[in-house]
Amino acid sequence: MNSVPDTLEGLISLEYRHGFETSIESDEIPKGLSEDTVRLISARKNEPEFLLEWRLEAYRRWLKMTPPTWASVHYPPIDYQDIIYYSAPKSQKDGPKSLDEVDPELLKTYEKLGIPLHERAILAGVAVDAVFDSVSVATTFKDKLAEVGIIFCSFSEAVQHHPDLIKQYLGTVVPVQDNFYAALNSAVFSDGSFVYIPPGVRCPMELSTYFRINAKNTGQFERTLIIADQGASVSYLEGCTAPMRDENQLHAAVVELVALEDAKIKYSTVQNWYPGDKEGRGGIYNFVTKRGDCRGTRSHISWTQVETGSAITWKYPSVILRGEDSVGEFYSVALTNHRQQADTGTKMIHIGRNTRSTIVSKGISAGFGQQAYRGLVRMARSATGARNHTQCDSLLLGDRCQAHTFPYIEVKNNTATVEHEASTSRIGEDQLFFCRQRGLSAEDAVSMIVNGFCKEVFKELPMEFAVEAQKLLGVSLEGSVG
Amino acid sequence: MLSIRNLQASVGDKPILKGINLDVKAGEVHAIMGPNGSGKSTLSNVLAGRENATVTGGSVTYQGKDLLALAVEERAREGIFLAFQYPVEIPGVGNVYLLKAALNAQRKHRGLPELDAMDFLALVKDKMKLMEMNESMLYRAVNEGFSGGEKKRNEILQMVVLEPSLAILDETDSGLDIDALKVVSHGVNSLRSPDRAMILVTHYQRLLDYIKPDFVHVLSDGRIQRSGGPELALELEREGYAWVGDATNEGVVAP
Ligand SMILES: Nc1ncnc2c1ncn2[C@@H]1O[C@H](COP(=O)(O)OP(=O)(O)OP(=O)(O)O)[C@@H](O)[C@H]1O
Ligand SMILES: [Mg+2]
Repeated sequence: MNSVPDTLEGLISLEYRHGFETSIESDEIPKGLSEDTVRLISARKNEPEFLLEWRLEAYRRWLKMTPPTWASVHYPPIDYQDIIYYSAPKSQKDGPKSLDEVDPELLKTYEKLGIPLHERAILAGVAVDAVFDSVSVATTFKDKLAEVGIIFCSFSEAVQHHPDLIKQYLGTVVPVQDNFYAALNSAVFSDGSFVYIPPGVRCPMELSTYFRINAKNTGQFERTLIIADQGASVSYLEGCTAPMRDENQLHAAVVELVALEDAKIKYSTVQNWYPGDKEGRGGIYNFVTKRGDCRGTRSHISWTQVETGSAITWKYPSVILRGEDSVGEFYSVALTNHRQQADTGTKMIHIGRNTRSTIVSKGISAGFGQQAYRGLVRMARSATGARNHTQCDSLLLGDRCQAHTFPYIEVKNNTATVEHEASTSRIGEDQLFFCRQRGLSAEDAVSMIVNGFCKEVFKELPMEFAVEAQKLLGVSLEGSVG
Repeated sequence: MLSIRNLQASVGDKPILKGINLDVKAGEVHAIMGPNGSGKSTLSNVLAGRENATVTGGSVTYQGKDLLALAVEERAREGIFLAFQYPVEIPGVGNVYLLKAALNAQRKHRGLPELDAMDFLALVKDKMKLMEMNESMLYRAVNEGFSGGEKKRNEILQMVVLEPSLAILDETDSGLDIDALKVVSHGVNSLRSPDRAMILVTHYQRLLDYIKPDFVHVLSDGRIQRSGGPELALELEREGYAWVGDATNEGVVAP
């Protein structure tokens, strides 16, 4: 944490360290998980007593829990004692000095994406909170944001400087005992981002974090908390890439969003973690709990995600629609190629009167990819006049991949309306032939057809993310059509 | 420009084209007529490179090149255009986007600079006027929700934008009302030039009233059974196909 780069350029060039793992000396604690581990993490981070107690409570609950088995994903049991739960970089001096030192495969991917990473953030003055392993190494634009009273910092810093906010909101959307992975995260979370937008403030720029997974055998337990106070609004971008791996790596993040009266939070993710090789070796296990709480009247929470990476994805960004007239949205593109597995979807829990939710899910499977959409729409007894519209489309490339849809609908108020539309289609040989007959290469044709399929979701993404997402799909599908 | 020699092709195990011979020179318009199922679309598809029919014999030379050795997109970039009998829909892909991507892929291949959005729009709007199409069509998804006639008109729009050397029109006239037929024919005629050639697949003399062919061929049972001038089409209109020979009547030989 000592050598924080002072220029934006320097800061962002950290991104080029993808693909490097051995050159950085890590401050690690021994493998394994016990109460002592939890205490050690908390002590290293100099946390207040209430937070240690909170972690310990989570740990004790976790001990009694078992991993969920209902998802349509398959993987060997994880040995939770074989994971290092804390690792902080000691210095960044040992990182790659130039592009020549970076994994060429990775550079090739960036090149194919057409967007050098350093440009991606500079575009439109994105503020970057670069998460390096488990500790945030730097935060920019802080001053500018501070002028309007916005707090945007690493979670650890927020714990030190704004403990009252942490105490007031942490765990109020995703309680420690919510699920196995959330409990684990609560016990051992390392770092993440914290955002607080004060009443009436519209955040003047997109806030952004790039997560990476670096040190070997380091589970990643990010914790993110975003609060939009009355009448506030914010758009937050989360982007991820990860270097090549042989061993599977566990990633169990928790993201909590709180929107008070008339507040709006838009949370966008492009997830491009290492998916494993063609035979399914390696790759990230991505078991994430993301949930937003529309606590206030007319509050609005919107999730947009483009998921192309990870070996296994288990992820259901959800919205609890508590405030009257509040709005929840979920726009998702998930792509599985080769041996990737994804079980993803959302939960819209309607509690308040006249709450509305929209779900648009686009699943693309290629190779031996396995994909399930799992969505819950619950209309509570109190949800008078609530409405949901769900549209769930699957696109198959080739005949060895699979897509499944599991909609769960619970309606306890008969004035509430729930609409569900679903479709499954295959990229037609005739569509491909048509595009090629007009002069496009097969790869461009597939990419164009797939992007057309995803259009409704892409238009929800901030501009530069949308461009990146389109190219990402193209790269991820490479070699999937002969 | 195009020289087809003893071309044979099968779909699955079923021989569909049984030895096609045809020469098309630059500047010529050839009409191919023939009963349903005789292999007209199969021939068009084989020329464009579609893989659902397998070529089992013969050769095709196009502008001095072995056409059958080229990939679908290479043929397109070399100037072969197929207007589809049944145009496909591509949800979410804007008509304008596809057209621009296609034109630029072809221009790149020919060593021409790619057109930017402004220049492209100017060009395409001009061509839309020629095709009497509403500009809003540009921003709709390719053929999605288009009426049958609108789809056909959209095919010809693509053709006039791409300006191919050899255009193959597979039953572009089917499904067109009489006004649309005039517009489409006008579009096709605007492309006629001494260095372009066209193959029109049609069932009706009506189209040939508007687009005058130089030659008419009758395809039946996988072979060209007869060839002649424009008068052959009129003869067919009066007499039907029974007398040119089909699967049940192998006896008639092409002149
Ligand atoms: N996939 C297929 N499987 C089996 N037979 C096929 C297939 N595709 C085409 N055929 C057959 O090939 C023959 C030629 O078809 P083609 O479409 O070329 O005819 P056509 O002359 O264009 O007819 P039309 O005037 O009706 O358009 C038909 O008998 C058709 O049934
Ligand atoms: Mg046909």
